[in-house]
Amino acid sequence: MSKAEIDFPPKGGFSFDLCKRNEMLIKKGVQPPSYRKTGTTIVGLIFQYCGFHSTFLEMLIGCLTKNFKEGGKTEDGVILGADTRATAGTIVCDKNCEKIHYMAPNIYCCGAGTAANTEAVTDMVSSQLQLHRYHTGCESRVITALMLLKSPLFNYQGYVQAALVLGGVDVTGPHLHTIYPHGLTDTLPFATMGSGSLAAMTVFESKYREGLTRDEGIQLVTEAICSGIFNDLGSGSNVDVCVITKGHKDYLRNHLLPNPRSYISPKGFLFPKKTGIDKFFGY
Amino acid sequence: MEIDADAPHSMGTTIIGVTYNGGVVLGADSRTSTGVYVANRASDKITQLTDNVYVCRSGSAADSQIVSDYVRYFLHQHTIQLGQPATVKVAANLVRLLAYNNKNMLQTGLIVGGWDKYEGGKIYGIPLGGTIIEQPFAIGGSGSSYLYGFFDQAWKEGMTKDEAEQLVVKAVSLAIARDGASGGVVRTVIINSEGVTRNFYPGDKLPLWYEELEPQFSLLDIPSSPGPEPMNI
Repeated sequence: MSKAEIDFPPKGGFSFDLCKRNEMLIKKGVQPPSYRKTGTTIVGLIFQYCGFHSTFLEMLIGCLTKNFKEGGKTEDGVILGADTRATAGTIVCDKNCEKIHYMAPNIYCCGAGTAANTEAVTDMVSSQLQLHRYHTGCESRVITALMLLKSPLFNYQGYVQAALVLGGVDVTGPHLHTIYPHGLTDTLPFATMGSGSLAAMTVFESKYREGLTRDEGIQLVTEAICSGIFNDLGSGSNVDVCVITKGHKDYLRNHLLPNPRSYISPKGFLFPKKTGIDKFFGY
Repeated sequence: MEIDADAPHSMGTTIIGVTYNGGVVLGADSRTSTGVYVANRASDKITQLTDNVYVCRSGSAADSQIVSDYVRYFLHQHTIQLGQPATVKVAANLVRLLAYNNKNMLQTGLIVGGWDKYEGGKIYGIPLGGTIIEQPFAIGGSGSSYLYGFFDQAWKEGMTKDEAEQLVVKAVSLAIARDGASGGVVRTVIINSEGVTRNFYPGDKLPLWYEELEPQFSLLDIPSSPGPEPMNI
């Protein structure tokens, strides 16, 4: 047995060696590469609509004028929204990226911050959630996703720049949480994150109320994202919306396209067959 | 002023814990700030550790959340092993062990308060650094600087439950009036032999202090029937 080799188990935690190397390089004048950052507007809100009728007469009228399902219906769920611009420094590198990430069939997560970090962290946790579903045989809960996301972010002390809006509906009801890069979590009825969060929050603060219907909720979320798109330089392009209700979800990719390209050729672009795209109208 | 959304969240806070004849009252404001932006104006800084012990959190929001999560987990195990509810002293010492042993990495000041059948209502203050100190009343957070003189004058031994709660609400509202990093609503938690009562005092229910004005055209007055027409895009 070689005496020189003593294997120490690696000490837990983040190794900051490369960070020190980067600092040393910056001091010597080396420009760090700019990374793709989703300077973003992401929002979420919970809607809980109770449509029951208070008097027998109203109920009768309701049953006569609408179908039976609409009388006495309670609808609740979570609506998530995001813009679709990804920037690398001052350049828009992706005009139609997807910021609403799948976590579980009943849980979705919007991500702001460094695109690589949000993708990696949500991917990792969505795999862990699936394994957990196989173990337990039950639908995933939103607080499970929350704890699985919060722990690595706290352990990396904010160096993993991922700010997330997590929303979903499980057996305990609709839930909406925000997760900050340092690992702080908040549970709120409506939330905004990203560089456009202030613009979107103004819309929510003035127009949010309890008892929104699903359509009013979608309208409000769209408005908030548009406010971020038009008033924040880091957000732009289109609006993605995801509506999650009990047992059902609607992923409305490009729900609204308020920024059409105005100068494309009306005939569209033709690419040679080998590129795999027949006609390209741009977005 | 540049809004630095990457700044770590701190709960520039006001937290208070007060014992009274028969239990404790914990109180806190509800503002979580990132630099100069208020990230959450309705946060709940009084977190449950067990059925009969709660903790008020201040300082770095992420650090205090993680510490209270760990302590809740340890206390749950301890309760199962012990076979009866944990005492406030044990809860406070678990918090102190985490805070002291990780003092280089954590930045959080906590006030642990609760009721158990051996000692009754107890308050333990665990400031930065991880010392533990049992006190008849404790104040913490950035807003507490404005309350030392107030408590010296206003606190007395053997108050009733209502007197204690009114004292806490008055104190938090005074701190909110003077500390920019505290604001929002006042939350209180009363813990005694009968159980736990949570109360909530929104801004318009708080007393007005020197130079504070009555609300005028407040958004709270606008009747909450269908709001303004959504923008047509």
